[in-house]
Amino acid sequence: MVKYIHLNELETGCRARVVSVGGAEAIRQRFEDLGIVQGTEILCVMISPLGDPVAYLIRGALIAIRREDSANILAELCSEAQNGTDS
Amino acid sequence: MGLTHKSTGRHLKESTGTPQRKSEDEIIIALAGNPNVGKSTLFNELTGMHQHTGNWSGKTVEYAEGVCRHRGREMRIIDLPGTYSLTPHSAEEAVADEFISSAVPDCVAVVCDATCLERNLILVLQTMRTARAVVVCVNLMDEAKKKGIHIDTELLSDMLGVPVIGISARSRDGISEVLELFAEAKKLKPSSFEFDGRKYTDIAEEVCRECVTREKPKKELRDRRIDKILTGKVTGFPIMFLMLSIIFWITIEGANYPSELLSGFFFYIEEQLLRFMSYIGSPEWLTGLLVLGIWRTLAWVVAVMLPPMAIFFPLFTLLEDLGYLPRVAFNLDRCFKRCDACGKQALTMCMGFGCNAAGVVGCRIIDSKRERLIAMLTNVFVPCNGRFPTIIALISIFFVTVSGVSGSLLSALILSAVIIFGILLTFFASKLLSLTLLRGTPSSFTLELPPYRAPQVGKVIIRSVLDRTLYVLGRAAAVAAPAGLIIWLFANVEVGGLTLLRHCTDFLNPLASIMGLDGVILFAFILALPANEIVLPIILMAYSSSGALIEYSGLAELGTLLRANGWNALTALCVIIFMLCHFPCSTTLITIKKESGSLSWAVFAAILPTIIGILLCIAVTAIARILL
Repeated sequence: MVKYIHLNELETGCRARVVSVGGAEAIRQRFEDLGIVQGTEILCVMISPLGDPVAYLIRGALIAIRREDSANILAELCSEAQNGTDS
Repeated sequence: MGLTHKSTGRHLKESTGTPQRKSEDEIIIALAGNPNVGKSTLFNELTGMHQHTGNWSGKTVEYAEGVCRHRGREMRIIDLPGTYSLTPHSAEEAVADEFISSAVPDCVAVVCDATCLERNLILVLQTMRTARAVVVCVNLMDEAKKKGIHIDTELLSDMLGVPVIGISARSRDGISEVLELFAEAKKLKPSSFEFDGRKYTDIAEEVCRECVTREKPKKELRDRRIDKILTGKVTGFPIMFLMLSIIFWITIEGANYPSELLSGFFFYIEEQLLRFMSYIGSPEWLTGLLVLGIWRTLAWVVAVMLPPMAIFFPLFTLLEDLGYLPRVAFNLDRCFKRCDACGKQALTMCMGFGCNAAGVVGCRIIDSKRERLIAMLTNVFVPCNGRFPTIIALISIFFVTVSGVSGSLLSALILSAVIIFGILLTFFASKLLSLTLLRGTPSSFTLELPPYRAPQVGKVIIRSVLDRTLYVLGRAAAVAAPAGLIIWLFANVEVGGLTLLRHCTDFLNPLASIMGLDGVILFAFILALPANEIVLPIILMAYSSSGALIEYSGLAELGTLLRANGWNALTALCVIIFMLCHFPCSTTLITIKKESGSLSWAVFAAILPTIIGILLCIAVTAIARILL
């Protein structure tokens, strides 16, 4: 069963694949530049000590994104088997 | 970015305007790339010292330009601002896009980070679409190898249809191949890559699947472990405080001895100067003016200020080199978001420790104009290199009674507390601005956390000490010397039976006394507008009855003199507070005017911290007087 979530709900150590990117034009563009497009695999790596922002591993780079911005990204949770492979 | 000589003011030789072609056979190469890929390192390795910076006409975007030679050919290298894409949404990206698509460069070299090639390839593909010819320099091959990432550059070159060179700019690996290719830039053909309407991201993914092989991510695991500690829920903040304290402790402990050495040396020179002046029969006023006025002020500034700066600065640069500062921004972003500001302000705030003017220039990394202005206006709340040596001296004299290592440790802790107070003030002022003059909602925020890199210790020390030392000495000579002259005149010229200095300080006394200060201190702050380094020397000069600055022989004597002029712990506390928040130095103000493009923001940048400082001092004094 495929489970859809917003990226800000992704838990540390879990992977998700981007389904769609919403939000204002500027933020959508910024995400695209960072390589966040449909199909991109994202690993949630760590959360800032104060709970926001969250750092994700995206195409080999570690990128911190604020939760209210990452809420624009809809993703499907990768199955458990794929999770935790290198975390 | 960072506290290089470029950002601390030695780059005043500016050429303005977009770079133009001078002749047909001139070889012009543009360097493009994502931020943090070592583009500047490559640029430095290629051009050495033959470089200067300029501004794109009508924009506040800087570019660096340099010349390098290979096999008798001269090439102009233009270092474009770091960009993620050629779809412009910041001034930096607009400039890069425009220049890459223009006919000016013979070839655009896109510098990539081998450790995250896929993301970098997006920019490569975009550039291949618009540029005349493209060369790909895959940098940080050594880092990638350590991370277990192997990149087949030949296959990459075949797939993209453009030359690809694997380099490690920091160890000069592959630089000669790059030069070889650049020298033949005119013969390069435009890429014939078939995009077939595919998305850049899809192509990048496909290419990387073929060219990049990964072994077990050993180093990545190590990075994650370090991150877990440095940005951990429990450990993140204590470690930030600890780092700050340790750096200050090393600075305080290490600065003592060279300080004494320097003052001994300057005193020796002064004796020789005095002897020389009497030998040539110079009148007493001239000797006083030159030796006791100018020379002593100069000697004071250098002896007290230079050692802590020369120690703090490289230490801080090491931390920056290590990749720790983006983690600080990551930790603190929530606080800045609460103030409707940008998390990258943490980075510009850190730069402010070195020099507020550099911090203000650094604010260019913030995209939103509103958030950039907030960062510029509040940068002054972190004490710069020119201010914290004074704070250190006052802490050691008035608040630390034990001597030795425990004494310097205590000083470092108190200083860290002062800095944290400054950071809290930054938050307060940022929020205040967001609620009043600069209303708005925070813009989107993305920040790359680069992998940890082993700092090049030797290089950092040499570069930062040389850069900083030369800069400080230059500034001390340029500012302290004339200030010494003015102070000497003020202290020695009498009008109506009182010295000029006395007239001024008497005028300021009423305000100063409710602030817990005295007229002399306030006057010193005003006179020290060109450089905060000279606040304490001016105070001392005014106090010493001779009208000349006393010799600097040690903190103990300094304390005796201050106490003899009515100082106590409260006075010292108020001076520290006012040191932390008052108008920034003139260099910073000029920079703010330049960066914000408006004089009124610069004036406001002076008024805001001064008002906060005055109110704080009045409050502290009132409370202390009621309690004691």
